[in-house]
Amino acid sequence: MSIPLSFGRISLYLLLGLFCIYYLLPLYVMVANSLKPLDEITSGGMMALPSDWTLAPWRSAWSEAQVGVEATGLRPYFTNSLVMVVPAVMITTLMGALNGYVLTKWRFRGDTLIFGLILFGCFIPFQIVLIPMARTLGLLGLSGTVPGLVFVHVIYGISFSTLYFRNYYAAFPTELVRAAEIDGAGFFTIFRRILLPNSGPIAVVCVIWLFTNIWNDFLFGASFSDFDSQPMTVALNNLVQSSTGVKEYNVHFAGAIMAALPTLFVYVVAGRFFVRGLMTGSVKG
Amino acid sequence: MGFLDIDNVTKSYGSVQVLNSTQIEVEEGEFLVLVGPSGCGKSTLLNMIAGLEKVSDGEIRINGTRVNEVRPADRNIAMVFQSYALYPNMTVRGNISFGMEMHGVPKPEREAKIAEVAELLQITHLLDRKPGQLSGGQRQRVAMGRALTRYPDVFLFDEPLSNLDAKLRVDMRTEIKKLHQKLGTTIVYVTHDQIEALTLSTRIAVMFGGDVQQLGTPQEIYDNPANMFVAGFMGSPAMNLLPARLLRQDGVMCAGLKLADGSEVLLPFPRAEGLDRYAGREIVLGIRPEAMTDPEGADRDSPALAQVDLPVDVVEPAGSDTFVTVSLGGRDAIGRFRAHTQARAGHPARFAFDMAKAVAFDPKTEARLA
Ligand SMILES: Nc1ncnc2c1ncn2[C@@H]1O[C@H](COP(=O)(O)OP(=O)(O)O)[C@@H](O)[C@H]1O
Ligand SMILES: [Mg+2]
Repeated sequence: MSIPLSFGRISLYLLLGLFCIYYLLPLYVMVANSLKPLDEITSGGMMALPSDWTLAPWRSAWSEAQVGVEATGLRPYFTNSLVMVVPAVMITTLMGALNGYVLTKWRFRGDTLIFGLILFGCFIPFQIVLIPMARTLGLLGLSGTVPGLVFVHVIYGISFSTLYFRNYYAAFPTELVRAAEIDGAGFFTIFRRILLPNSGPIAVVCVIWLFTNIWNDFLFGASFSDFDSQPMTVALNNLVQSSTGVKEYNVHFAGAIMAALPTLFVYVVAGRFFVRGLMTGSVKG
Repeated sequence: MGFLDIDNVTKSYGSVQVLNSTQIEVEEGEFLVLVGPSGCGKSTLLNMIAGLEKVSDGEIRINGTRVNEVRPADRNIAMVFQSYALYPNMTVRGNISFGMEMHGVPKPEREAKIAEVAELLQITHLLDRKPGQLSGGQRQRVAMGRALTRYPDVFLFDEPLSNLDAKLRVDMRTEIKKLHQKLGTTIVYVTHDQIEALTLSTRIAVMFGGDVQQLGTPQEIYDNPANMFVAGFMGSPAMNLLPARLLRQDGVMCAGLKLADGSEVLLPFPRAEGLDRYAGREIVLGIRPEAMTDPEGADRDSPALAQVDLPVDVVEPAGSDTFVTVSLGGRDAIGRFRAHTQARAGHPARFAFDMAKAVAFDPKTEARLA
């Protein structure tokens, strides 16, 4: 099939190409400048490809640059973020799944009200909870620690993960649960053996959403962490803001890409599961 | 007391009562079919037997033991759902084995039982497939296989054939009947299909509007429907329900039916002999199409065969039979003639009414009088 190249088509492609460039330009600038020596940037060649290719800015950003008190690079903060984001995403997803399971398959009096209240959590702005949360973390002895950040993100994420899973499980055939009940499976066995294995698509959605939000969060990270528990976003800010000496733009660019890579990675790896229909043929057909 | 007792059981959702006080005793080895139109409470009753729904009032006993508070898994029942409800993430083997695993059956025993059940249902070659890779009929078999592993006291089926196409439905119907004959397990089977009910059951409970309208053997239900609902629901084509007048003529009880031209035809109706108090009043005469046939096709042993010539409205050949429509009592009455009948639309044809098979209903209460 060939579509005649009319004037309309050509202008359409031109427009799309223009938007592509528009969106990809920042990425290009970041990557190109992270791979050149600082003097190439300061001499005004922001848009040019590096003439002297180097990985030194990456090395510096990763392990040498002055971020906190010591010149550690971003590495320890990257670890902080990982140690924060992985349990936070896992716990939040699992609890959302459990909530969704109860709210759809073990309905009780007032369940809609409870779901409504949980949903309400989606609309509470971060800033409002800063002070009460700080107080709570203090009482729990979690102030300034990575587990404290995990706690905050779990609390904030549960509303969303519950919403996702509740809506997904609402369409999950209740007869499967009843069949499992007759087969002798209990509450948690049904959850683990029947519901969870069929939750692939929504789990992927939920994980992508949570990972992106938690990894990219700055406000909670800046508010509730200490020097040794700062997440990547806060450390990146410190790196860029550090007032000592000249501004090493190439190192900043490298650091910024590092901070963005994990979310990109999650999209690429998890995204392919997005489209897989895992429920085909369970019921009817 | 039966093997499965449904003793004055009711069910309400909030203030709405969907099942009125229901009393059914099922003997061991019986095949009880709950039949009725959609929404009459069949599934609700079945789910209460399974333990998936709470009983609002009354008692359910299996083998003499009250089970109202017993968990579904501990009732020793097995259930086949309308949608089959196969676990999509497990293979056929996993599906069949899951219940045994949950009941702590050791692995070698499970394997043996799976092989046995698969053999019985001819699904051995499917054991390693996922439900998504099976046809409707195969899923149906797997669902039954899963139920069969349990040596249950009672098998529960909720419209197990309604998702199959017509041909497969007939085949699976026969298989279920064979299975019952082979295993002899008590079965409670829900369907909205009256033919399924008549072919499978040893007893039928016809339900409507949350009530059991009639409980009896297929023969009883077919021959002597308790009321006009049962008469109209069971049988295809449905029983003709014709407004008529009951009267005594020359000392014999007769049913008088108006013809299209305003004249009245009188049919001797010996079954109504005890109904003198209704003489001269309106009744509804119920007569099945096969009791309204050509004289050659009529049951010659019938004690009350009445022959009349009636003007034919429509003739519909249907292969093995020909359906002949005639206006009686202001309604279209359908008679079942032999395939090669000479009846022609617009011409009179001779009908033989087997009045020993006809029944009478009260037009107000709709209950059967005779
Ligand atoms: N969970 C429920 N809440 C309220 N009403 C229900 C519920 N389940 C079933 N019903 C009502 O009970 C009646 C009987 O339903 P059911 O037993 O499923 O009918 P069927 O004979 O078609 O199987 C229907 O009118 C239905 O609307
Ligand atoms: Mg039903």
